[in-house]
This record gives sequence, structure tokens and C-alpha cells, in this order.
Amino acid sequence: MGAAMESVIDIEGLSLTFERDGQRNEVLRGLDLSVPRGAFIAIVGSSGVGKSTLLRVLIGLARASSGTVRIAPRPGQRQPLAFVFQDSRLLPWRPVIENVAFGLEGSGLTRTERRQKAHEALEIVGLAHLAERWPHQLSGGQRQRVSLARALAVEPEVLLMDEPFSALDAITREALQDELVRIWQVTGKTVLFVTHDIEEATYLADRVVVLAGSPGRVVADQIVDAPRPRRRSQSQEPDLVAGIRQHISGELLLDGTGI
Amino acid sequence: MTDITLPAGPTAAPPARPVLDGLRQVGLAAAGLSLFILVWEALPRIGLINSMLLPAPSVIPAAFWAEIQSGAWASAVSASLGHYTIGLAVGAVLGLVGGVATGMSQLAEDMTSWVVRVLRPIPGLAWVPFAIIWFGVSQSAAVFIIAIGVFWIVFFAAHGAIRGVDRDLIEVADAFGFRSARERLFKILLPAAMPGILVGLRTALGQAWMAVVAAEIFGVPGLGQRMIQASSLLATELVVVYMLTMAALYGLLDTVFVAVQRWVLRWKA
Ligand SMILES: Nc1ncnc2c1ncn2[C@@H]1O[C@H](COP(=O)(O)OP(=O)(O)OP(=O)(O)O)[C@@H](O)[C@H]1O
Ligand SMILES: [Mg+2]
Repeated sequence: MGAAMESVIDIEGLSLTFERDGQRNEVLRGLDLSVPRGAFIAIVGSSGVGKSTLLRVLIGLARASSGTVRIAPRPGQRQPLAFVFQDSRLLPWRPVIENVAFGLEGSGLTRTERRQKAHEALEIVGLAHLAERWPHQLSGGQRQRVSLARALAVEPEVLLMDEPFSALDAITREALQDELVRIWQVTGKTVLFVTHDIEEATYLADRVVVLAGSPGRVVADQIVDAPRPRRRSQSQEPDLVAGIRQHISGELLLDGTGI
Repeated sequence: MTDITLPAGPTAAPPARPVLDGLRQVGLAAAGLSLFILVWEALPRIGLINSMLLPAPSVIPAAFWAEIQSGAWASAVSASLGHYTIGLAVGAVLGLVGGVATGMSQLAEDMTSWVVRVLRPIPGLAWVPFAIIWFGVSQSAAVFIIAIGVFWIVFFAAHGAIRGVDRDLIEVADAFGFRSARERLFKILLPAAMPGILVGLRTALGQAWMAVVAAEIFGVPGLGQRMIQASSLLATELVVVYMLTMAALYGLLDTVFVAVQRWVLRWKA
């Protein structure tokens, strides 16, 4: 098997049921997904289908009821996955640089080394000049960049991003999308990017995975082979977008009729 | 056409304004205080109140000076400051540990909830007999009384503040692999709960002064004891000297505390 086909995450038969006070809520059932190293995969689906839950299982914030998740980090990698939340979730009592260095604590690095790495990560997102600011002194877009830098600082194999740009205005969002693609290209990271914006998914990703149904599962897995750099003026893949939309809404109709 | 003038925001205001405002505030405070002292001086002088019952402020400095000369003032202040600091420290540390433990662990909370309900409503003064039986009329007894009051304030403040920490921030620690109770406590819970804990400590700072007087009533030397002695001799001007002493000490400590608090919480918007 070639290196290009090697997968960094393998999910097989993943099911997850939330149980509380005797109420059962089956969110995912029999989900299979294989993520090749270096891929940019977007996960789309309607609200409540289990996109966030899937990412939370991968990072260990939620526990699968059954199925297997195999993560294959490179040797010597301390933290194979890093998470970027929808709301930036910076720690308000730490200056920007200390927020970015957060994940490096306990890695055996000295404080100076941690700050050095954090500084490099801030440079990647273009915010090195704000290193000493407090989070409350940043704009929403800057906060989300810091959150991305915090994830990059631990030098993970995979970035898990849960609708990271959905709370931003259109201009900031587009700037950050382009920046993310650039970072992905220069760092060679694998990206799993959850969004409910199909245009965003097809603009960013190599592959769009559609989750639908209740319980949710993978109903489509589409390659986006538009060349990069991509242009956003006209959707270069109208058929693709329409197809994905149908997959999402088609399943929604099935849901509505109780199947 | 009408001109519309928008009020200037804080950054647009010229720098002279805050200075003037500050002066105005100081002036008003001084005027209020002067008026208060004038009325106080006038009441016994014009014979509205017997000067045995309310000493005029003009007799206070002399009484204060005599008390300093005899050395009684310094020894009372240092004795009380001793109980105060130790009682505050013991109560605050134990309250913090208890509040954090019950805030973090459901088990600890469930185990202690009825003990807390039983002990909490007992007023500090009700412990005096036990304090005397256990420690005698000694500094330890006073420390005990003071610490109990401080303990409950800090305990509930810390418990509530830890309980109130945003789950989302705890998830950040989880997502970055910091999952032990220790990492959670030091990386997220304590810093996030710090504003609430400091509010509790500040309340305790004042509460502990009141406890000092209560704790010294039964004979432990200090400000409170001196105050009781003076009042039984009807030396009301001496009572006032010690009231002012306590006010000044409290004011000083509270000012220092607020400065420290502002520095610790400088990350807040
Ligand atoms: N802790 C929980 N306990 C019980 N049910 C939960 C929990 N977390 C999520 N759910 C349920 O799981 C389902 C999937 O939620 P999830 O957050 O994964 O959806 P999503 O696809 O990310 O939606 P959105 O696009 O709105 O973010 C929802 O029905 C939700 O109510
Ligand atoms: Mg979600």
C-alpha cells in the first residue's frame, strides 16, 4: 500500500447512544470512515445529525457505545489530534501566548521552549504581534485564529475543526478559509472539518462526507477534484453541490416520514 | 437641517475630565466627612447629648495620645492583628480546601452536605464556651472563633465558584489531554473560580474584624478587650479611639486587598 493511501484515522461500525434518565437517543449507528493522511475532509449534514458528536468521540470528549476507532499517530507524536471549537474557548485569564502554549504544558518542554513554539504557531496565523494581549481584547476573528494556533502548537497529525468559522462575518470567514487552506498546504496536516455550509465544504475540502439520517451515518462520500487555488466567484462544481444538498435533504424527508 | 451631536465615548473624552471628576469626588467626600465631624462635635457641646454618653471628636486626639504613650495601644493592636491574621489564614485555607473539594467531587459534597447543614447555622459566638474549654482563655481560642466565621464564608464562596466554572472550559483541558483532577484544578478550575473566591475572601476580611471583638470579649487581650474595659469604666473616648483604630486597620487592609485583587484579575474585561 502506498504512503498516500495510508490512513491516519479508521472508524469502523461506530455507534453512539446517549442515555439519560431512561431516555435513549441513538445519534450514530454503524458509521464507517477512513481518513487518509494529509487529506482535507469536510463533514456536512443537517443540524443534530451527529457531526459534533463524531468529532467529540475522536478527541475523547464522548464515548462510543460500540465500534472501533483506530488512530495511527506518527512515532513520537505526543498528541495526534487537536480540536478547534466553534466558539474559540480561549482561557480568559491567560494572555494570547499562554493560551497558544496551553497544550504544550506537560510535554517536558521548558517554559521558554513552549513560548517559542507558541510564538511560531502565532506567526503561522499572523498574530505574533498580539502575543501579550488578553483574549477579551481580541476580535472574534482574532480569537478564532488564536484558537487555531493553540491547536497547531501541539503539532498534531490531525486538526479536528467543528464549524470553526460559522460565527464569523462573511469577510473574516473567507479570509480564514483561505488561511486554513494555506496552512494545510504548508504543514501537510490532515483536516477533518465539520460544517453545515456546503459551499464552504466544497471550497475547502478534497472530499465531502455527508452524514444524514437518524441515527446518523455516512450517506455519501464525494471527491472534490477542482484544482487549487480555487476560485469562489462561481461555484465550479454546481452538480456536486446540488448532489450533496439532495443527499442531506433526501434523508431529511425520509426522517420526516418516520423511516 | 439639524446637527446631531453624539456623546463622546470614553476614549474620545479629553484627559482633563477624569482628573476633574476625581478632584470633585475627593472634595465631596471631604465635605461630607467634615460635616459629619462638625455635627458630632456640636451635639455634646450644645448640650443636646451628655458628653459622658458621646465624647466630642476634639477630645479623641488627646485620649489617643495618652493610650499610645502608655503602650496599651500598640500591644492591643499587635495582639489583635495576631489573632486576626492567624484566624483569617487558618479559616481561609480550610474554607478554600473544603469548598474546592466539595465543589469538585460529588462524593465529597454528598458526604458533607448534612454535616454542613448542622454546623453552618451555629453563630460564631455560640462557640465561645467550647473555645474556652478546649483552648482556655488564650490566643488559640480567639483564633478559633475568628477562623470559624472566615471558614464558612470562604467555604461557600469557593464551593459556588468551582461549581459555576463553565463546562466548556473544562472540555478544553480534556481536549488537550489534561484529564487528571490535579491538572483540571490548577489549569482551569482555580483560575476560573478566582473572581468568586476573591469576593469571598474580601467579605471574610471584614467579617474577621467583627469576630476579633467577639473573640476578645471573654478576656483574650487585644483591641476588643481594651474596648470592653474602657466601656465598663465609661471611658467612651477610649472606646471611640479603638473604634477608629479598627476602622483604619480594616480600611487599610481592604484597600491593599482590592489592589491585589485588581492585579490578580487584570485579565477581566
Ligand atoms: N451530551 C448529550 N446528551 C444527550 N444528547 C446529546 C448530547 N450531545 C448531543 N446530543 C444529541 O445528539 C444529537 C447530535 O448532536 P450533535 O451536536 O452531534 O449534532 P450536530 O450534527 O453537530 O448539529 P449542529 O450542526 O447543530 O451542530 C442531537 O440530537 C443532540 O441533541
Ligand atoms: Mg455541532
